[in-house]
Amino acid sequence: MLAGLIVVLAAAAMWVHLRPRSDAAIAQVAVRVEALLPQTQCEQCEFPGCKPYAQAIARGAADINRCPPGGQATVDAIAELLGQDSVPVAKVPALPVAVARIDEDRCIGCALCIKACPVDAILGASKRMHTVIESECTGCELCLPPCPVDCIDLVAP
Amino acid sequence: MSLARAVAGGLILTREAKRPAAQPIETLPLPPRLYLSLHQHTGGAALPCVDVGQRVTIGERIANTSGAISVAVHAPADATVERIGRYPDDDSGRECIVLKVAQQQSAPNWPAPDHDYHLDEPALVRQRVADAGIAGLGGAGFPTAVKLAAEVDTRLQTLLINGAECDPAIGCDDALMQNFADEIVAGARCMLHILQINQCTIAIKHDRADALQAMRTALDQARDDRLNVAPVPARYPQGGERQLIAFLSGREVPSDGLPIDVGYLCQNVATARAVHRAIEHAEPLLRRVVHVCGDGVATPRNVDVPLGARLADLIEFCGGYVGQPDQLVVGGRMMGIAAASDEQPITKTTNALLLTRATPKPPPSPCIRCGDCASVCPASLLPQQLHWHATSDQTDALVRLNLGDCIECGCCDVVCPSHIPLTAQFQQAKIALRAREVRRQEATHARRRFEARNLRRERLKREKDEQRAARREAAKAADAARKAGHSEQTDTGAAPQTRQDEIRAAVARARAARARRERDSNSDDEV
Repeated sequence: MLAGLIVVLAAAAMWVHLRPRSDAAIAQVAVRVEALLPQTQCEQCEFPGCKPYAQAIARGAADINRCPPGGQATVDAIAELLGQDSVPVAKVPALPVAVARIDEDRCIGCALCIKACPVDAILGASKRMHTVIESECTGCELCLPPCPVDCIDLVAP
Repeated sequence: MSLARAVAGGLILTREAKRPAAQPIETLPLPPRLYLSLHQHTGGAALPCVDVGQRVTIGERIANTSGAISVAVHAPADATVERIGRYPDDDSGRECIVLKVAQQQSAPNWPAPDHDYHLDEPALVRQRVADAGIAGLGGAGFPTAVKLAAEVDTRLQTLLINGAECDPAIGCDDALMQNFADEIVAGARCMLHILQINQCTIAIKHDRADALQAMRTALDQARDDRLNVAPVPARYPQGGERQLIAFLSGREVPSDGLPIDVGYLCQNVATARAVHRAIEHAEPLLRRVVHVCGDGVATPRNVDVPLGARLADLIEFCGGYVGQPDQLVVGGRMMGIAAASDEQPITKTTNALLLTRATPKPPPSPCIRCGDCASVCPASLLPQQLHWHATSDQTDALVRLNLGDCIECGCCDVVCPSHIPLTAQFQQAKIALRAREVRRQEATHARRRFEARNLRRERLKREKDEQRAARREAAKAADAARKAGHSEQTDTGAAPQTRQDEIRAAVARARAARARRERDSNSDDEV
């Protein structure tokens, strides 16, 4: 009798733990995870922005330690939110806080970095010099690869 | 008014043992150089309006305000601008205007007012307070004129003149009340005119008999029944404006609010005196009274100091160091901040200088949860819980427990039997909380910009697709029409085309197509 009760309770606990979560529940978790992410939109997690990464975490489709700008604090916070054990962050960024800076002598005005910037922090036009609006830059590094003359550096603000 | 009204927390601290009741004020002679900090107040740093080498006369403005919350700086003596830059020359330094004081000083010539200030508009009188460069002299340094702009707030009822300085090591307000009671009362009346209210309470600790007596005499002479003196308990931290208002009115200033939410506006006694000097004598704020005390100085005393004098000048005037004091604290025993060196200049907020030998504190041991800290906390917080969460970085819990309301008075440190440096932990935690809040705001801002950019890109792509589709349709229609026309022509057999005509038409079509392509690729660039 007692053994039977234990088995039933264990099965119930397993079901609660493993039952598929509804889309609405996943969306709710995604919003809360996204609130913990630093919103640099750097794609270093290999998702196109913080929101898609948060959604992937909520679905259980991504590790929680893939946000280098957020660092260990963000990983810990997500682990606590999801009731998991924390893990070390996958990669530590070279500069804790950084912004992009364009070497304006070398800039040729190709506008490629402007298209790459996720937060519209680069000002300029075709065949005109570009510059980074420092207060808007999140230091995501996405403007670095497209630059054909390699004139953008990441510096401490 | 009963002194027994219940107010949360607090401690009864002994006054400095050697301090006599009567507090004379002595005057520091002008040192050879004055270092006027551009940031002697809360708000934006002042902007220098003099050049190096320029001669300035006493009372001349040497730095202007920057923005709405800022305070001007004036020359406290006839002098030459020697340098504008950092002083002292290390990390602790601040931007200063360095004045080389002239050998010959002209007698300050403050023009007597030609009419009663009561005839002037309150806003005009307030402007004179702003022009005089007055910041709150109690220690916080908030621009006084900005605070006095509360006249527009209809909730305001009472002006509270704070003479209840609470720190046992600060005596400058006590000395001011004993020596300049009439000027303080005159300043309070000036502020009543600016604020257009009819009630002023001057709060003084009940054990400062001389100050109480002097202020009462001054009030009798002034014959102004709008003002009254309120003795308050000699408890620490009674001089905190929130604690004072809670005691006097029985109402608590909301956690995220200001005294004005319960109808009060608080000004220090020294500020009141400075307002009087500014309005009735057109004298800008050039000097302040600093209380020097502690067993590390030969003769503790109250000194009237020109702003910009160094702590070293002041200590020398007080007979110099006794032995080797290892702590130089600016601002009092309980809440003061250790000065990096005695090179630091005196500012509008320097109210006291304490020279002590550090008493070695026993190392902290674990919290035994005695709860003494909670019973002395004047802000009714739970320091024991805060300590627990601060050491484990649980920021959400700290917010929930209202860490932001901690006034850093240090009462919990004094009573803690485990010698835990609670206030220092709370200060650190507050800094961390502020940093986290800044990061959060930046993240929200970046997310909004990212979302706006994605929406814009989608819209541009959709518009382009629609344009393309429309062009395709138009081309199809034109093609069909041409074909129809062509078949008509062949049907009728009219106007037989030569081969030359056909070639010309083909070239024109190719040109048009190229032009269209170029236009398309140009508009592609304009993302």
